Amino acid sequence: MLKLEPRPQASRLWTYASPVLALVLTVLLGVALFMALGKDPVRGLQMFFWEPIKTSYALGELMVKATPLLVIALGLSVCFRSNVWNIGAEGQFVIGAVCAGGVALLADKDTGRWIVLAVLLAGVLGGMLWAGITALLRDRFNASEILVSLMLVYVADMVLSYLVYGPWKDPAGFNFPQSKTFEVVTQIPRLMSGSRVSVGLLLALVGAGLLWVFLFRTRAGFAQQVGGLAPAAARYAGFSSRKALWVALLTSGGAAGLAGALEVAGPIGQLTPYVPAGYGFAAIIVAFVGRLHPAGMVLSAVLMSMFYIGGELAQSRLGLPKSITGVFQGLLLFCLLACDTLVAYRLRWVAANRSALKIGGV
Amino acid sequence: MTTPLLSLQGITKRYPGVVANQDVSLTVMPGQAHAVLGENGAGKSTLMKIIYGSVKPDEGQVFFKGQPVNIRNPQEARKLGISMVFQHFSLFDTLTVAENVWLGLDKTLSLAEVTERIVAKASEYGLDLEPERPVHTLSVGEMQRVEIIRALLTEPKLLILDEPTSVLTPQAVEKLFVVLHKLVSQGVSILYISHKLHEIRALCSACTVLRGGKLTGVCDPREESNASLSRLMIGAEPPALQHVAREPGAVVLSVKGLSLTRQDPFGVDLDGIDLQVRAGEVVGLAGVSGNGQKELLWALSGEDTRAGAQCGAASVSLLGQPVAALGPVPRRQMGLHFVPEERLGRGAVPSLSLSQNLLLTRSEAVGAGGWVRMGALADQARSVIERFKVKASGPDAAAQSLSGGNLQKFIVGREISATPKLLIVSQPTWGVDVGAAAQIRAEILALRDAGCAVLVVSEELEELFELSDRMHVIAKGRLSPSVARTEATVERIGEWMSGLWPDAADKAQEVQHAQA
Repeated sequence: MLKLEPRPQASRLWTYASPVLALVLTVLLGVALFMALGKDPVRGLQMFFWEPIKTSYALGELMVKATPLLVIALGLSVCFRSNVWNIGAEGQFVIGAVCAGGVALLADKDTGRWIVLAVLLAGVLGGMLWAGITALLRDRFNASEILVSLMLVYVADMVLSYLVYGPWKDPAGFNFPQSKTFEVVTQIPRLMSGSRVSVGLLLALVGAGLLWVFLFRTRAGFAQQVGGLAPAAARYAGFSSRKALWVALLTSGGAAGLAGALEVAGPIGQLTPYVPAGYGFAAIIVAFVGRLHPAGMVLSAVLMSMFYIGGELAQSRLGLPKSITGVFQGLLLFCLLACDTLVAYRLRWVAANRSALKIGGV
Repeated sequence: MTTPLLSLQGITKRYPGVVANQDVSLTVMPGQAHAVLGENGAGKSTLMKIIYGSVKPDEGQVFFKGQPVNIRNPQEARKLGISMVFQHFSLFDTLTVAENVWLGLDKTLSLAEVTERIVAKASEYGLDLEPERPVHTLSVGEMQRVEIIRALLTEPKLLILDEPTSVLTPQAVEKLFVVLHKLVSQGVSILYISHKLHEIRALCSACTVLRGGKLTGVCDPREESNASLSRLMIGAEPPALQHVAREPGAVVLSVKGLSLTRQDPFGVDLDGIDLQVRAGEVVGLAGVSGNGQKELLWALSGEDTRAGAQCGAASVSLLGQPVAALGPVPRRQMGLHFVPEERLGRGAVPSLSLSQNLLLTRSEAVGAGGWVRMGALADQARSVIERFKVKASGPDAAAQSLSGGNLQKFIVGREISATPKLLIVSQPTWGVDVGAAAQIRAEILALRDAGCAVLVVSEELEELFELSDRMHVIAKGRLSPSVARTEATVERIGEWMSGLWPDAADKAQEVQHAQA
C-alpha cells in the first residue's frame, strides 16, 4: 500500500523534478486523449513536440509566441513572489496594446524610427496604469486584487472593442472592426530576415537576467519577497508592504503592457478585437511551471508556446478543435499542482496488513 | 500491590527524521499525582498524545487498569476515563462558557442541564466561573478553568495537564493546586507535565523524567534536589549567572504617557505607559500574557507608529530623540534592536536561509545600490553561528530546519552582534532548552555589562529575577511603578500582575499624565 508521509524538510530535488514529472504525465494523458478521439497518438504528439522545432521558420514562430508569454510571466513572478495575486495580466496586456496602438496610429510617412520607442513606452505606461487601478483600490480600500484585476480584464476588452468598433475604425476597412494597419516605420525591428522573431525576444531574455539580479542579489528584491513569504517578518524588518504592493503591480502591469505593445506593433500590425489571445492567463501557468524563477520561466514559456502552435496544427491537420491548446495547458497545471505534493511529502510502501491478507486468502 | 491505573510499556514513536519516544515506560497508580519532567522536545507531549489516543505508537503497549487497551482516538480515551487539558486552549471566543463546554461533551444533554452541572462542579471545587459569560471576556486563568471544568464533567479517573501554569500568575497557580490536591484526595490520578521543578515538588509524589525521547529516571521528586532533577533532565547542571551590580548610565529609552487603542478586537488598550531604560541596566517587564505586552512592543519597535500622531512624537524617545513616528528601520539605525517573541514568521522567514535572514535587520553585507555581497553575507552568518553556538548545517540552512532553541540563539545572536545601544527582547528563552537558555541569559548580561540598555519582557518570573536590575509589571495595559530586583519578591510581583499595585504610585502616575 502506498502512503504519503510528510518530509522533515522540503525536498530540493523534487522542487525541480516536479515540473518534469508533470510534463511526462501531461504527455501520457495527451496520448490517452488522442487515442480516445481516434487519432494516431504519435501524429498527435508530433504536432506538439516535433513540428514546432522542425525547421528554423517553425523555431522562429515558436519564439514569436514564447516572447509575450515570457515577458508577462517575468512580471507576474514578482507579484506572486510578493503574495500579490494579479490575475489580470490579460487586461494590462490589452490596455498596453491599445496605448501602443494609439501612438502607432499617430505615425505617418515622415515619422522617424524613434516612434518604435514611443510605442513600447506607451505600452508599458498603459499596462502600469491598468495595474495601478488595482493597486490603488487594494491600497486605499483593501479591495481584493484577485477580483479587481480579473474584472478589469473585461473592462479592458470593452475599451478595445469600443475603439475598434468606433473612433479608431479604419474608414477604408469595409466596416470591419479594426484600426488602420500601422505604418511600416512603427514595426518592431526583426532579428533576422525570413523570421518574424523581433528584438522583443532579446528584451525578454535581458528582462529575465535583470529579474534574477533583482530577486537574488539586491536587498530591494529580498524585501519584496519577504512580504510574500512572511508578512509579519517584513513588518518587523520595516519593509513597507504598501511599497511591495505597488512595485509588484506596476512591474507586472508594465511587463504585460510591454508584451501588448510588442504584439500589436509586431506580428499583428493593427488593433483588432482579436488582440487578446489569452497570453495574460497562459502566462500565469508559465510563471508557476517555471517555479517563479527567471531561468525556469524561459523554459516553460517555450513549452507553453509549443502548446499554442501544436493546438493550431492539430486543428488544421488532424481536425481536432483548437481548444485542445487549453486542455493541454490545464492538464499541465493540474499535473504540476499534483506533483508538487512530492516536494513536501514522500511516498512510502507500507507493508499490507498480514492478518487481512490471510482472511483474504481463506 | 494494587494494580496501576495506567501503565505504558516499551512505547516507541518515530517521526520522519526524529524518534520522539524510544522504549518509554510509565506507571501511574490510582490517586497519584505523577509528574512527567523534561525539556522542550524531550517527547513529553507525544507520550501524552499516545495516552489520549490522538497519536498511535509504533511499538509498545498501553495498559489501563491492568487490561491491554488500544486507544484509537480521544473519544475512546474519554470513555475509559482519561481527560486532558491542553496547553493551548481550544475554546471559541464568541461563545459563552456553557456553550463551549456543551460543544466538548459527547453526551446529549441540553444546554440548561450543562449549565447546571458547570455550576455544581464549579462550587464543588471552588472554581468561580460564570457559565453565561462569553469566552473572550475571560482572563487566561479563567479560560483554563473552563477547560478544567470541561474535563471534570466527564468524571475522569485520569486527568492529564500539559504545562498548565505557563499562562498563570503565581496566585492563580496556587488556586489551581488547591483544586488538583482535592482531586487527588478523591482518588483521581493526575499526569502533570512540566519543566518547573518547584511545582512538581509541591504537587507530585512520583516523577518520570525524559531526555531526548528516552526515559532517564523515575523518582520521588520530594526526595530529590533541583540539581539531581536537572541532571536527569538535561544531563548537566546549568551554570550559575554572574550578576554584578553596576551604576546605570544615561537614559536610552524613554516612554512618556503612551496610550494607544487596540488594533485587533481581542487586544488590549495601552493606558498611559511611562518607562525608562538606562544604559547598562536590564529592565524586566513581568505580566501575564495578553495584558498589553504585544501592543507595547509594537509601539517600541516601530511596527506600530500610531503613537507619533496620537501621543506626540516624544511619547517614545531614543537617546533623547523623539522617535514615536518613525518606523523600524530608522529606529534600528539609531541603535534599537529587537528580538520578537514569535521566531518563525516574524523574527525569521521560515523558508529562507540563515544568511538571507540576516538581511532582515543587518545591512553590513549590503553595498552601494542595495547590492548584496553574497560572500560577505555568508561569512557574517557563519560568525553568528560560531559565536552563539547555533547547531545548523551552515549559512544556507533554512530557518525552519533549525530547532526552536537554535533559531532563537541565531536571532538573539543576530541582534546582539549588531552591538545595539538598546536591546528589547521578548520571551528570550521560551521553548529553549536549559543549556541554551543559560547561554542566552549570559549573553544578555554581557551586553548590559558592556553598557547597553536592555528591556526584557518575559512571563517566567524566575528569569526576570535572574536578569533584571529593575522590574515593572504590566497589567490590563497599565504599567506598575518600577521596583528594584533586590526589593522585589515573587508574592509582590504576583499581586501586581493582577493590576493591584499601591494607590500612591497610581496617583503619582496620574499627576504625571496631567502634566504630560
